[in-house]
Amino acid sequence: MGVGIKVEHLNAWFGKTQALHDISIDVPANHATAVIGPSGCGKSTFVRCLNRMHETVPDARATGKVRMGELDVYNGTAAVQIRRRIGMVFQKANPFPTMSIYDNVAAGLKLNGFHDRQRLDEIVERSLKLSALWDEVKDTLRKKSGASLSGGQQQRLCIARALAVSPEVLLMDEPCSALDPISTGKIEELIFQLKENFTIVIVTHNMQQASRVAEFTGFFLLGKLIEFDKTEKIFTTPSDKRTEDYITGRFG
Amino acid sequence: MPNLGTQTGQFEIAPISLWRRGMNGFVTLAAGAAVVLVLLPLGAIFAYLIYKGLGSINWAFLTQTPKPVGEAGGGMANAIAGSAYVLAIASVMGVPIGIGAGIYLAEYGRNRFGDVIRFTADVLNGVPSIVVGIVAYGIVVLGQGHFSALAGGVALAIMMIPTITRTSEEMLLLVPNAVREAAYGLGVSRWRTTLSITLRTATSGVITGVMLAFARVAGETAPLLFTAFGNQYWNWKMNQPTAALSLQVYTYAISPFDEWHRQAWAGALILIVLIVASVSAVRIAAGRGMLKGAN
Repeated sequence: MGVGIKVEHLNAWFGKTQALHDISIDVPANHATAVIGPSGCGKSTFVRCLNRMHETVPDARATGKVRMGELDVYNGTAAVQIRRRIGMVFQKANPFPTMSIYDNVAAGLKLNGFHDRQRLDEIVERSLKLSALWDEVKDTLRKKSGASLSGGQQQRLCIARALAVSPEVLLMDEPCSALDPISTGKIEELIFQLKENFTIVIVTHNMQQASRVAEFTGFFLLGKLIEFDKTEKIFTTPSDKRTEDYITGRFG
Repeated sequence: MPNLGTQTGQFEIAPISLWRRGMNGFVTLAAGAAVVLVLLPLGAIFAYLIYKGLGSINWAFLTQTPKPVGEAGGGMANAIAGSAYVLAIASVMGVPIGIGAGIYLAEYGRNRFGDVIRFTADVLNGVPSIVVGIVAYGIVVLGQGHFSALAGGVALAIMMIPTITRTSEEMLLLVPNAVREAAYGLGVSRWRTTLSITLRTATSGVITGVMLAFARVAGETAPLLFTAFGNQYWNWKMNQPTAALSLQVYTYAISPFDEWHRQAWAGALILIVLIVASVSAVRIAAGRGMLKGAN
């Protein structure tokens, strides 16, 4: 089951540049929440703060409070532990190039010291089925490298890889921006199914996508959260003028 | 408004001019000639070594130790084994240190200390091999009180390290950051990511660097002159002087005896064949390993 994420007064910096200003937001459990906004507004930085990926960049730091269920993300838990419970899918599909399809999916478990072969087989199959890739790759699991798949398949492989470690939350940083409409459709369908078991936060440039997949939407501008509400409300009757300007295409 | 000729049939594709075709042919030919020029010296060396040395290679040459001057026959078996021995010692020391330093530079070394290491490695790369030999003599031979295989290994290791370090660093830096992020995103720790993901992704490049360093030092003579020293007999002890092919070739080549000259040619041929064979063997083994990793 997914859990909600409660963000309070989150600030983030790259060196001396402040990328996020005092973000507070309640991401509801078992729903998809979209994060929209023009380029450079801090959307990616925001989701990367949720699983502490932000701090892997040299000179980057963040302050504030992020709670995921009963877990305090920035206090008392190691970053690697957090990242096992909050999975991430990146903008550009990034399978491990020297690994087979099977090893790509099993990587998260194997590298964290889990080696029960039978269980691994089950988890790999389940994850690939969840990400709707199983039928396309089941015959070449161990023969083909992850990098030999098409762009859309690679992205679904990366989703399977993230799901294999059984996270409670899935962060997706523009997962479809490099994909064609058919692959995009498949991944959106996938998001619908995953919502039943995971909490999803999806960054997107595509406002139609946000309205299709997400029940809640947050609009970011210049590192600030301008508005957070039900997706329907954001796209029909936003309460802030800037949100309205953005979604009607006046800028951004 | 210029006529853009959007209607079909408006374009007439000009025939490719004679000059362009001529130029194309000329450049292709020039590139081909360059390849031949590169391969020619290698082929020439091989051919000449075979011509001069093949006649002296026989079973005795590969299995016996040298005979005293004046006696016919004898071989370089102890030198072949000695070379392998010294190179093994050098690799055991040089490869882990070199790769380790490369990992540090690529993954953690974006600071002053890293710059110092980079500069040091580049300088070390340019130090003449005889100087490296003197250093190994000063440290190991004087320290032990006698020449030894270990001293030879240390000298060659010192020569291997900078090449391995710098190529490993470059190969690791070629691994896209997205691959590292993918591992971090799965909750894999940094050291584990470096070893199991980044290094693994760069394996074939790192191996190329190792083999480059190996091939370079395999034929080195100068640093062995007063470290491994040479030996007329078998030796398997780390702290005893040992024969080495390059040393044996050197000794035989400057001798006044025709029989020894012929054996020097044969030794040189064996040395080249062994270098090519070991580099190819590692390449094939690594290729298999990569496939296995992908399975």
